[in-house]
Amino acid sequence: MRIGKVEKFIHHTILVVIAILFILPLLWMLFSSVDTTPIQSLKIPEQFTFQNYLGIIQNPAIIRSFAISLFLSFGQSFVVVIVAIIAAYPLSRYNATYEKPFMYTILFLTSLPMSAVIVPVFQMFLLLNFHDQLWAVALFMAGASLPYAIWLMKNFMDSVPVELEESAWIDGASVWQGIKKVIAPLMVPGIFTVFIFTFTGSWGNFLVPFILIQTPENMPASVTIYQFFGNYGLIDFGGLTAYSVLYSLPVVFLYFLAQRYMSKGFSFGGATKG
Amino acid sequence: MEAARESNKRILSDNIKTAIFLTPALIILLIFFLIPMGLTILFSFTNLALTGAQAQQIEFVGFDNFVRMFNDNQLYDSILKTLIFVVSSGVIGQISLGFLIAFLMKGKNAIFRRFIGICVITAWVIPEIVAAFTWVAFLADSGTLNVIATSLGNIRPIAFLFQYPMISVVVANIWRGTAFCMLAFQTALDDISKEVEEAAYMDGASRFQNIFYITIPMVKGTIATTLMLTTLSTLGVFTLIYTMTAGGPGNATMTLPVYMYQQAFVSYQLGYGTAISLVILILGAIFGFVYTKLLKVD
Repeated sequence: MRIGKVEKFIHHTILVVIAILFILPLLWMLFSSVDTTPIQSLKIPEQFTFQNYLGIIQNPAIIRSFAISLFLSFGQSFVVVIVAIIAAYPLSRYNATYEKPFMYTILFLTSLPMSAVIVPVFQMFLLLNFHDQLWAVALFMAGASLPYAIWLMKNFMDSVPVELEESAWIDGASVWQGIKKVIAPLMVPGIFTVFIFTFTGSWGNFLVPFILIQTPENMPASVTIYQFFGNYGLIDFGGLTAYSVLYSLPVVFLYFLAQRYMSKGFSFGGATKG
Repeated sequence: MEAARESNKRILSDNIKTAIFLTPALIILLIFFLIPMGLTILFSFTNLALTGAQAQQIEFVGFDNFVRMFNDNQLYDSILKTLIFVVSSGVIGQISLGFLIAFLMKGKNAIFRRFIGICVITAWVIPEIVAAFTWVAFLADSGTLNVIATSLGNIRPIAFLFQYPMISVVVANIWRGTAFCMLAFQTALDDISKEVEEAAYMDGASRFQNIFYITIPMVKGTIATTLMLTTLSTLGVFTLIYTMTAGGPGNATMTLPVYMYQQAFVSYQLGYGTAISLVILILGAIFGFVYTKLLKVD
């Protein structure tokens, strides 16, 4: 593209301003978490401290809620990855007549808000006595994130050449062996992408555990964050921000680790070609 | 004849094989997603309540919930608030800002792109509740924005969440969701070959002509899909609004998900809460239907 120098400068300036606006609200979190006297606005810490972080990691109740979040997110992501691989295979390899309408339905379900089904799910959990059952909560979230995972997994599988599989079949491999021995290894980036997408969504989910889990001891990290709000509107800013940083770190880290594989997750141009 | 029968057989076997592979996914989707959606319709015809005499026996009350809905001014207000929120933060805000960033980033230095990307994407990757608290603090009387504003001019701090609650949640949601649109558009824009744009320049197209007649048409599919995903996910936003304003002050930010939560779990009217869920689902279906039609036209 031919861009003049002035125009290039304007582009860069706009982008830098946007980036600052995006990062500004977050800086408060980082700075307050290492400040001995944190307040509600951004300020450079007068005295640097790790005390806020120590307070978090030495609190067994908080560690427990992080462990529960880990369990929910890992459980959900594991189920989603396995089921999505199995479901994506025929969508990528066979030509079922109902494939196109199915993919459109999947695309639609993908972003159907969880909040629209949470009340009936709550009622269903009451009826079936699934209440407070972490595995049931994980399975519900798996169901909700499955459509996008299938969509993504199919995109990745489409780029694995069918010839490789065919030669495995000639050597006597079954379809299932073909998936396990040929496709899965070639799809490691795709599998990680689906895993990380699912994990990130689950890790940050507040609504589902907030509604479906009753016992305080079973609450994941997204809900226990409320403990920093004392009575009479007093907020422990140091604790809140240190907790927020620790709670955000795993997903931020995972995302940037896997970012270079992730462009397929945002490739919707081919959606129409089916 | 023989060949046609062969291919028919093949299609049939493809259909069956596909169905077998899809079974585990369908079971999970059915139990944890599709049945609840069916229950949404069923329960919205009941007087289901969480506590009290009604909790003991569920009764079908016919269209009572819907009659109540038609007379519920708050519901109309919530639908309006939801539409304002979805259109301004999702359709207009996230899509256009995401497109702008992706467009400006095209062809720039990789390290520069990465730096900008990290700033925008972090807002999207962090847990929603953390994002919400960050904005509560940012917009508070003694928060960062007011500190900056008062240091620039001699003005009194503004209680953004009380004076401009809808604008506050809209801005916070744009901040939160722009990354997704940006990433989708980046992927699409990177796929456009340089030759096409160069050729347009050769033919004397101006910069804006190029954007409107070459770039945007080429990423039309992406725009449509992103529009649908953004709209539907904005429609369901609960955590951000609930944490920032809890629907208030008054009912200024009482969008449908927040109103549904309030009816179902604060007023314990599960039946009516479910009926509100149905409104969300219907709105989602309308949006989805319209966009899917648009996609097919493409």
